[in-house]
Amino acid sequence: MSVDATMPRATAPAILPGSGGMRGALSDLFWRRPKLLLLMMLLPPVLWLGIVYIGSLFALLAQSFFSIDEFSGLINRQFTLKTYGDLFQAANLDIILRTVTMAALVTLASAVVAFPIAYYAARYARGRWKALFYLGVMLPLWSSYLVKIYAWKLILAKEGILTWLLAKLHLLWLLDGWLSLPVVGGNSLSVSFTGTFIVFVYVWLPFMILPVQAALERVPGNLVEASSDLGASPGQTFRNVLFPLALPGIVAGSIFTFSLTLGDYIIPQIIGTSRLFIGQAVYSQQGTAGNIPLAAAFTVVPIVIMGFYLWGAKRMGAFDAL
Amino acid sequence: MRSDRGQSAPLGLKVAAACGLLFLHLPILLIFVYAFTTEEKSFVWPPPGLTTQWFAVTWNRPDVWEALSLSVRVAAISTAIALVLGTLCAAAVSRTRFFGRETISLLVILPIALPGIITGIALRSAFALADIPFSFWTIVLGHATFCVVVVYNNAVARFRRTSGSMIEASMDLGADGFQTFRHVVLPNIATALLAGGMLAFALSFDEVIVTTFTAGQQQTVPIWMLEELIRPRQRPVTNVVAMVVVLVTLLPILFAYYLTRDGDQIAGSGK
Repeated sequence: MSVDATMPRATAPAILPGSGGMRGALSDLFWRRPKLLLLMMLLPPVLWLGIVYIGSLFALLAQSFFSIDEFSGLINRQFTLKTYGDLFQAANLDIILRTVTMAALVTLASAVVAFPIAYYAARYARGRWKALFYLGVMLPLWSSYLVKIYAWKLILAKEGILTWLLAKLHLLWLLDGWLSLPVVGGNSLSVSFTGTFIVFVYVWLPFMILPVQAALERVPGNLVEASSDLGASPGQTFRNVLFPLALPGIVAGSIFTFSLTLGDYIIPQIIGTSRLFIGQAVYSQQGTAGNIPLAAAFTVVPIVIMGFYLWGAKRMGAFDAL
Repeated sequence: MRSDRGQSAPLGLKVAAACGLLFLHLPILLIFVYAFTTEEKSFVWPPPGLTTQWFAVTWNRPDVWEALSLSVRVAAISTAIALVLGTLCAAAVSRTRFFGRETISLLVILPIALPGIITGIALRSAFALADIPFSFWTIVLGHATFCVVVVYNNAVARFRRTSGSMIEASMDLGADGFQTFRHVVLPNIATALLAGGMLAFALSFDEVIVTTFTAGQQQTVPIWMLEELIRPRQRPVTNVVAMVVVLVTLLPILFAYYLTRDGDQIAGSGK
């Protein structure tokens, strides 16, 4: 019996007669041997990622075991650990320490700023508000990275909006006082570590909000109510109930904020001081200095740090919150 | 006592959440104001006057058009490659369990999980070792690699929600593998692929860190902008380009959100 007899004819039949020939044979072959189909599906992406990406990573790693001839500037392609020795010079250790400290501070601040947004979105926002919150986080996450940095250049510049605002509020003394501090201060916010810190937090914040919100959404509301019914103050509920349950989400978010800060070289270059971060060191070593081996050794630092970080995060169950 | 679900948030939380969202959005809105300022040399606030002349100036700048054209071409081809690779990978991972499945999902995510500078310098050193000169295609190579993950994520989510019994039904009714793909699988995953493709496009259009390492003399829009940020030539033009870039990347995001929003009501998701 034909389908057409019982049903109104659809614009295009969902199932067409088998075409036979080469196509049919191929289709039958894949049906009989699903492993072959699987292999055919996996081959292109795995080859691409394996050759282009993993291959390049190994090329990079190999370079870190080469050294540079200090007189000719040529790369000596012989196995050596000398480049890694250079990494442990005081100046380079300084760069690593500065970057890791910044990454830790940025992660901490992102978690503090992200928590109320994530908690409100997870527990109180409903319907249209929920969508608004979601877009409110997604739009800044996806809008152009350079535009965001540029916007902060405008805000933090000496003649920019922040100075104007503080002047209106008669708080310029506060800004001047902060800028006169060593290390965090500088000529203006746009050339200080404070500026670098603010922009890092701003740019990576959405990466923290989303996993924290995901973690908080799994906390049943009556758990919070039970805690307050049992006499806990809001602070106690936060410390003993909410925070431990949100922690995997915070750790998941911190993977991004930490890793992205470790590798970034554009933010500290545009808004920051002349004291380098790892990314900038890598960039200048491979570019102006032409010392690819040292640049490669430098990139191994974030890889190793992130390796340990991911291992620790996995143990804390952060991957389930991603 | 019934639990009060409709209870409103404490004031402190409301204020903190609102401030957080404002913090996320005000800087981007500021760019829009600066695109109209009459001030040429500095970032002075408030703008001394408003004008639309910079749009005309930008329109007549050939370097802006060249950068835009390169960015669009790179993003289009990278997205196309990512769509094919990401969908294949997602189909394989979501349909079957096999040895090394976890490794493959890690492999897809790695280019975006590790800092961009590592991907960038790794590609650059590989090009140097293999004596590949910088070209349009070296940029595409890098972009396609990290765009795969966006398509993959969208496609995997949709494959998981699409019932496998529909494919079996199609086969039972006599369709061959290609017909099943064309008439059953593709319509089901189409919006997810469109969303993934648009996100991949936005990601490629915006990428600067990897591009600085894989581009020779060519300038994509972000490279052009980076150059302007370090050595400004005509500030208002940068403001206008920044505003255009925000609009160009935001529209696909809104559309992608719209496409995947109702994803739960896909046919066959009830199982």
